[in-house]
Amino acid sequence: MTRNETTWEGGGSPFAIGAKPLGMWLFVVSDALTFSTMLMVYTYSRLANPHWPAPFAFSPSIVQATVMTFVLLSSSLTMVWAVDAMKRDDRRKTVQYLSATMFLGIVFIVIHMREWVHLINDEHITLTANPWNQPLFGATFFGLTGLHMAHVTIGVVYLGIVALGTRMGKFKTDHVETSGLYWHFVDLVWMFIFPMVYLMSVKR
Amino acid sequence: MSFLSRYIFSTNHKTIGIQYFVLALTAALLGTALSVLMRLHLTYPEAKIRLFEILWPNAAAGGVMTPELYLSLMTMHGTIMVFFVLTTVPQGGFGNFFLPLQIGAEDMAFPRINMLSFWATALAFLVLCSAFVVEGGAPLAGWTAYPPLSAVGSIAGPGMGKGMTLWVVSIALFCAASLMGAINFITTILEMRTRGMSLFRMPLTCWAWLVTALISLFAFAVLFAAGILLLLDREAGTSFFLPAGLVINDRILDRKGGSPLLWQHLFWFFGHPEVYIAILPGMGVVSTVLSVFSRKPVFGYRAMVWAMLAIGFLGFLVWGHHMFISGMSPYSSLAFSVLTLAIGVPSAVKTFNWLGTILGGRLHLETAMLWALAFVSVFVTGGLSGIALGQPALDMYFHDTYFVVGHFHIIMGVAAVFSILAGTFYWWPKMTGRMLSETLGRVHFYVTFLGVYAVFIPMHFAGIVGNPRRYSDFGQFEFLKDVQGLHKFITHAAFLTAAVQLLFIFNLIWSLYRGKKAGDNPWNATTLEWLPPSHQPHIVVRGAYDYSVPGARRDFLMQNESNGQ
Repeated sequence: MTRNETTWEGGGSPFAIGAKPLGMWLFVVSDALTFSTMLMVYTYSRLANPHWPAPFAFSPSIVQATVMTFVLLSSSLTMVWAVDAMKRDDRRKTVQYLSATMFLGIVFIVIHMREWVHLINDEHITLTANPWNQPLFGATFFGLTGLHMAHVTIGVVYLGIVALGTRMGKFKTDHVETSGLYWHFVDLVWMFIFPMVYLMSVKR
Repeated sequence: MSFLSRYIFSTNHKTIGIQYFVLALTAALLGTALSVLMRLHLTYPEAKIRLFEILWPNAAAGGVMTPELYLSLMTMHGTIMVFFVLTTVPQGGFGNFFLPLQIGAEDMAFPRINMLSFWATALAFLVLCSAFVVEGGAPLAGWTAYPPLSAVGSIAGPGMGKGMTLWVVSIALFCAASLMGAINFITTILEMRTRGMSLFRMPLTCWAWLVTALISLFAFAVLFAAGILLLLDREAGTSFFLPAGLVINDRILDRKGGSPLLWQHLFWFFGHPEVYIAILPGMGVVSTVLSVFSRKPVFGYRAMVWAMLAIGFLGFLVWGHHMFISGMSPYSSLAFSVLTLAIGVPSAVKTFNWLGTILGGRLHLETAMLWALAFVSVFVTGGLSGIALGQPALDMYFHDTYFVVGHFHIIMGVAAVFSILAGTFYWWPKMTGRMLSETLGRVHFYVTFLGVYAVFIPMHFAGIVGNPRRYSDFGQFEFLKDVQGLHKFITHAAFLTAAVQLLFIFNLIWSLYRGKKAGDNPWNATTLEWLPPSHQPHIVVRGAYDYSVPGARRDFLMQNESNGQ
């Protein structure tokens, strides 16, 4: 029997991963489609409306968004370390790295919320109205970043549950790896939002 | 195990399969009843009908339906049938029950997610039905819910307020449920197959469930996002789908910047693959049933698999053919048209392979087989009118006429329902341990088969005359005077066809008590679900369709059976 046959035979797992990570991969695929829809709606609205505003000043908006990008990227690194520690069966280190990831996630949410409050109170950009009379600017901005922030928030709670389960010895490597897949995906989505929403709207 | 955990919040795939089946059967009865009421009003628009007044004292005061009530029935009929019948039975019902059995798994990969996805579907159905009883009644926007009217609230008409909101919420819930189901199906198929069950030894039903789950995974994710945006437009005052300068019911709206076309793109990116979500599992069932009752292997098994994958893939590239008259560039229309017609190729591969399967076989014309043959018949009929509609030039004329209604009812509704009935007659012995009555089954079959042709073929003629769809009364149009007789005929045929469905329901209930006891393998089929229950995993040694193998001791060899000479 050739290697190919054994790989595709029943019982084995085709990509040498367990059911949980595969399920998460599939969720990520479908969630990517949901985010793509939002990005497509954003692009469509932007192209369909002349005089689309570009309100983000280099400082503080772009600086802030860059810091947020850095924070989220770092959280992916700590997540990698958490999965790595779990593979070495070092549960104490795993919990530490998971906590660090959660902390960075919370930092991201806090900076993001501050930005939202600033935009709403000082720049008068809301979901339905803004100074440039381009209501879809706010709708797409808050829609996209809101959906993403909801994902980060759910991710922080999810990682908390995984950290707890790991500490109590209930969860296995698969659990940590699966939560890692989710976290990296949420991070990856931001890598699309950052250039498409922020960098393309720099004030000139 | 308590009653609750055993029958209600069960994580067992068989129980969940039955739950989906019962839910969809309820939905199908409701959807059929709605269509009967619609036909009644269409044919006798002026008549005072007591039943309407009892059901809708306000909207049908005096026994005559308002146009709005007619539209709300049409919307609910479409939504219920597409989502809660055609999407639910073939995948949720049969898939949950038989996928683990057929691949030799103990259960689905994620039993609790499976339970959750059933209950989310049931909740979605309840939310949708509650639209009937809220202020204003059910929505009027059709199952496609086109903005702007679906996005502006109750100024667009009764039912476009609370009723429409409930519709969007219901569909969003349904999307979430379907996504969970899709993840479960794909993971189960890739991870849980028993030893020896390579992908290309799987029954075609399993392949069909796999491809359907892949389509669901992509399509429902997009509809989910679109639904959320529509909800924001309705409830939060955004204007994703609303352009500037709209005047609705003498009121100027203060929204601007959005585009109703955007919804059409997003909706049909889901909506067209949805057609294949409804019909692919049926193709799997029909392939199997034709093979079993012809005592021959499926002709071109691998071609069948690749054809399904091709249909699934191409299905995502053709959504624009629903939008030929939307003002889209004719060049895009051309591209969408060519891709649409390209789906004819894998569809023809499947059709010819079905014919190849029965060619020269020893046909056993049990009811299940009759339904499978009828499926091939309506698939060809509906497919041919699809070729006409796939041409932009012809579609300009046919768009929004009864030609379209006839086309999609035959290819999507009737074909999928026939495959569901084939599956029901084929698998009922496994699901209940009893056989359905063949006599009742045959009467039901022949009347239904002729009935649906009598209903939907004349609709094509009405459409060629130019009869628009979604109108509650054709009386005012001089040019439609001549098709009134045709509509009367359609209505009578529809009543007969609907009535004979009661015979099917009776057959189901009768068989539970009086049906002949079925053995383990009443059809002498080869796939694993027909093996007696066992706690040992089955080891598969052959493909799914080894019928009439030369030199074998009987005319079928089960998948775990070595060539017992």
